[in-house]
Amino acid sequence: MDMVIKFLVAAVLAGTPLLYGTVGEILSEKTGHLNLGVEGMMSIGACAGFMAGYQTDSFVIAILASALAGALSALIYALLTVTFMANQNVTGLTLTIFGIGLANFIGVMMIAKSPDGTLKLPEHITAAMRSIHIPGLSDIPVAGPLLFSYNPFVYLGILIAILCGIYLGKTKTGLNVQAIGQNPAAADAAGIQVTKWKYINIIAGGAICGIGGAYCSMIINGGVWISDNVGGLGWIAVALVIFASWRPTFAIWGSFVFGALRILKYYIPQSVFPFPIAFYDMLPFLITAIVLVISSIRNRRNSNMPEALGNNYFREER
Amino acid sequence: MADYAIECKKITKTFGSVVANDQIDLKVKKGEILALLGENGSGKTTLMNMLSGIYHPDSGEILVNGQTVAINSPVDAMHLGIGMIHQHFKLVDSFRAMDNIVIGTKGKRLTDKELSQKIKEICDKFGLEIEPEKRVYEMSVSEKQTVEIVKVLYKGADILILDEPTAVLTPQETERLFDILRKMKEKGCAIIIITHKLQEVLEISDRVTILRKGKSIETVETAKSNKQTLTELMVGRKVSLEIDRPEPEHVDTILKVVDLSVDKPDGSKGLDDISFEIKKGEILGVAGVAGSGQKELCETIAGLMQAKEGAILYKKTNLLGKTPSEIINLGISMSFVPEDRLGMGLVSTMGMTDNMLLKSYKAGKGPFVRRKPAKELAAKLVEKLSIVTPSIETPVRMMSGGNVQKVLLGREIESEPNLLITAYPVRGLDINSSYVIYDLLNEQKKKNVAVMYIGEDLDVLLELSDRIMVLCHGKITGILDARTATKEQIGLLMTGDTEDAAEEMTKGGQTNE
Amino acid sequence: MNKHTKEPLLRTVKRAEMGNRQILILRLLAILLSLVAGGIFILCIGYNPFVIYGTIVTGAFRSAMAVQATVKIMIPLLICSLGVTLAFKMRFWNIGAEGQLIFGATCASFFALYCSNWNHVVLLLVMAVAGIVGGGLWGLIPAFFKVKFNTNETLFTLMLNYIAMYFVSYLQDGPWRDPAANGFSKIQRFDANAALDKVAGIQCGWIVALLLVVIVFVYLKFSKSGYEIGVVGVSQDTARYAGMNVKKIILKTMFLSGAICGLGGMIQASGSDVTLTMNVAGGVGFTAIIVAWLSQLNPFVILIVSFLFAVLEKGSSVVQSSFGLSTDCADVLQGIILFFILGCEFFVRYKFVGRSKGGDK
Repeated sequence: MDMVIKFLVAAVLAGTPLLYGTVGEILSEKTGHLNLGVEGMMSIGACAGFMAGYQTDSFVIAILASALAGALSALIYALLTVTFMANQNVTGLTLTIFGIGLANFIGVMMIAKSPDGTLKLPEHITAAMRSIHIPGLSDIPVAGPLLFSYNPFVYLGILIAILCGIYLGKTKTGLNVQAIGQNPAAADAAGIQVTKWKYINIIAGGAICGIGGAYCSMIINGGVWISDNVGGLGWIAVALVIFASWRPTFAIWGSFVFGALRILKYYIPQSVFPFPIAFYDMLPFLITAIVLVISSIRNRRNSNMPEALGNNYFREER
Repeated sequence: MADYAIECKKITKTFGSVVANDQIDLKVKKGEILALLGENGSGKTTLMNMLSGIYHPDSGEILVNGQTVAINSPVDAMHLGIGMIHQHFKLVDSFRAMDNIVIGTKGKRLTDKELSQKIKEICDKFGLEIEPEKRVYEMSVSEKQTVEIVKVLYKGADILILDEPTAVLTPQETERLFDILRKMKEKGCAIIIITHKLQEVLEISDRVTILRKGKSIETVETAKSNKQTLTELMVGRKVSLEIDRPEPEHVDTILKVVDLSVDKPDGSKGLDDISFEIKKGEILGVAGVAGSGQKELCETIAGLMQAKEGAILYKKTNLLGKTPSEIINLGISMSFVPEDRLGMGLVSTMGMTDNMLLKSYKAGKGPFVRRKPAKELAAKLVEKLSIVTPSIETPVRMMSGGNVQKVLLGREIESEPNLLITAYPVRGLDINSSYVIYDLLNEQKKKNVAVMYIGEDLDVLLELSDRIMVLCHGKITGILDARTATKEQIGLLMTGDTEDAAEEMTKGGQTNE
Repeated sequence: MNKHTKEPLLRTVKRAEMGNRQILILRLLAILLSLVAGGIFILCIGYNPFVIYGTIVTGAFRSAMAVQATVKIMIPLLICSLGVTLAFKMRFWNIGAEGQLIFGATCASFFALYCSNWNHVVLLLVMAVAGIVGGGLWGLIPAFFKVKFNTNETLFTLMLNYIAMYFVSYLQDGPWRDPAANGFSKIQRFDANAALDKVAGIQCGWIVALLLVVIVFVYLKFSKSGYEIGVVGVSQDTARYAGMNVKKIILKTMFLSGAICGLGGMIQASGSDVTLTMNVAGGVGFTAIIVAWLSQLNPFVILIVSFLFAVLEKGSSVVQSSFGLSTDCADVLQGIILFFILGCEFFVRYKFVGRSKGGDK
């Protein structure tokens, strides 16, 4: 029982960066922009968050810096695909290569400048990111650790996902945004400011991805900087969008399921299932591939996928 | 003072090097219906798109209610009370009618109930009917149009622009639309209706402004004009409105369709148990509201779609089960001009030469394509059909619609088919280009080729075809002798109203079935 | 009513078609601007951009050995770029060059490790075939699901990259682990018999790569299959209408696309690494996409661009040893260059118009 709770808690923790990436990408895709730069935006956010925390000792500034950096990198994507109408696939991919390169580059440079050859966040910050302990609530058996034992990132992530769910599903602006993703020409003719809302959504999505990146650099490795710290999570997030069928609230449990997959290897004893470690590492990608195939077999119409996904919009196109 | 709802003064708009509008003037009063008449490509839609904020004029002035305005976006147009019903509906397919109506409006989100109520009020006022909960992709064309109209009325438009609103409607639906427009006019709305159908101009409008080649030619009172004068103004010279119709000679059956049923990819019925014949040396016209099974019919004969049951006998061989290339080799040629004109039949990024190769690239041994004959063929077509293009290597997407269609049809005819299926070959063409195409088809007919002509314009179908087959919801509702059939009759058959059509028949024409 | 009379500052409009020369000038301008932007980046981190750029260029050419190293970097990049070009011409978003390269290398490595006593030429030929088949099959998987269920190929090929990578990780941890590497999990070095020979001091893969440039060019431009790829890429409906078997074309082309990348993997493993590691691709598959796109899918331009990228990479490693800046610098600069090129394509078809020129008098 203890083991199960521990496993579930660990799954939530491992799924949280995915949650950020997925929700951020949903915002972008809902306006019809498939941004393959999630990995890059997360890397840039990871780097900005970590370095800001390292320099300023402030947890809040670290989070804000990661969001801002994510937003700025999304701005590059938005500028190129919305205004300059560049190919979305190639732009996103370039953003990924650029983002990972930039983050690693800055990391190496900072390590070279540090006195002991490693970058470690100050104790003060790692403390702020430790699990919250709410007296009373956190001590309840089972429910306590399952619901009230996480670091602030987890709660923030769930909150953002729910807010985005309400925004897209329940508000008038959300309806307008959905219209843009389905048929930008119709949205435009209806008087919706297509360009403006595309920018807003893509940039907000980038900011959310950026925070997810900060989780990777600041929490996963115990506050020590390593290269490639996002490690492909951004790609899983892109795939998770499909798994969550473009609904931020579905993304919550979707990312926790994938979080569970990522940590399975530590919880399944080799004596029971003698699978090699590499198999478990492969599992999230394998399952995503399978999900892709299944979801493509299953639905045609009424899938939640924005119909204009991947196509840029120019009002005067003839 | 503010007599005019809209005044356009010297509006000019260019696309790249093409001048679409050249110093155009236009005025419309409140409580008036103005028809904007012009051939395809004369700049009607461009002008209206500027009024609705889709395009922006390069120069010129627009006055709304006597005030100079700049309309930079559809939002601006909306604020000025201008609403446009586009020819290709601007609706989100997966949304319900009410969602489509409410998107883009200001204010807080209404509950479904409040919204339905508001929509109902508007509908009652103008005699419109819609189901607010229905999703757009489940709607018929005329239902979609109604949603578009409600959408602009909901946003408070009192200046309405309708771009070719009747192109997709049956004659009966058109009547209903005109009733609604007259009601709006009574309530003081200014209405601009874009069309190239003279009959409708005479029926509905108060005044007509005629555009030709991007210029405004003249504005006349409808009451003081007639078909002939309007045509001359539109085309710029005297034209005969007659289409040649040679008598068919050798009338052996070449294609026999028996009890054919086809399902669409989404599982709904595309063709429902249809049977008919096509004979050598005749033109069989096919009429029907868009989406009545025309596409399925073409694609099934061409081997692009699977039939559920039935048979297609071509000189005694069953075509079902054959691959598209086998069918091409039998001498059956299909050219379908879709709404975007380039979707099927031509490769938009390739030049004429490579497009000539499309169906014959496999010719000759070895792994390499032979471009020399294709080049010669392209040059020959340019000369024969007077195709205007900078060079035969220029991508066809840069050519004008008329030339593109000449390329397509020219290639099909050069392959010397026995059966030529052509769908919407004059879509988007001006009168002169259309006549070139009709001549090409008649030439084929004289060569004893069987031609199946799927068209939109009933007047043309009646004048060009020998027989007319009417499709409705995938069924054949009648096959008429084009020499005796009437437009009303076809219209009724298009809506599936076979009883009234039969009555109409006893008055005038008769079937040959 | 009169509130809306102000025009926006800039509007986008379509421009008249540009001549080839103008387009070339535009692109060169974009590259120049990107170098300026890269220079500003270098300046921001506290270095002299001229010195860094200078070091990159001289670093790649300073000696025969440096040039050889540059070409060595170019080989897999060039081959993969040619591979993805086939798929891209068909508008099939093969982001899986990385995985196809890895899997091709893996299949080839099997023979290198377990049949090392075969005749040298036979062994290398078998390895090349294994690489081709392996990469081809890895490319065939997403194509199969695409034609069968219309599965999104972008994401699917992406997932296959990681699956291939962890498959190598499994091999080096388990069945192929080098027992002699006490405790360290790696695959043993290939026997010299399984290594590619050198020509002009560089592994002979460069000859294969150059041949592939010509082959891919001829295939796309003059062959019937190449014509089919072009038609399918523009419109599958048109292709079907012309009697083409679209599914077969997609499968065939993706097999070839993957096969070329797989051959690249064999060449990298046997010619450069002389072993198999998780890092055999090392991001080349991704960079190849950038190269192919930058080159507008023209094989000869790809040759030039991939060489320039190799110069950038080799030069960056010299910058690393001279200034202590990480080689990731190359990725950053590549990214910046492509951002500018992507942006400049806009100006080929559109232009901005300022407020003053508009309707108000």
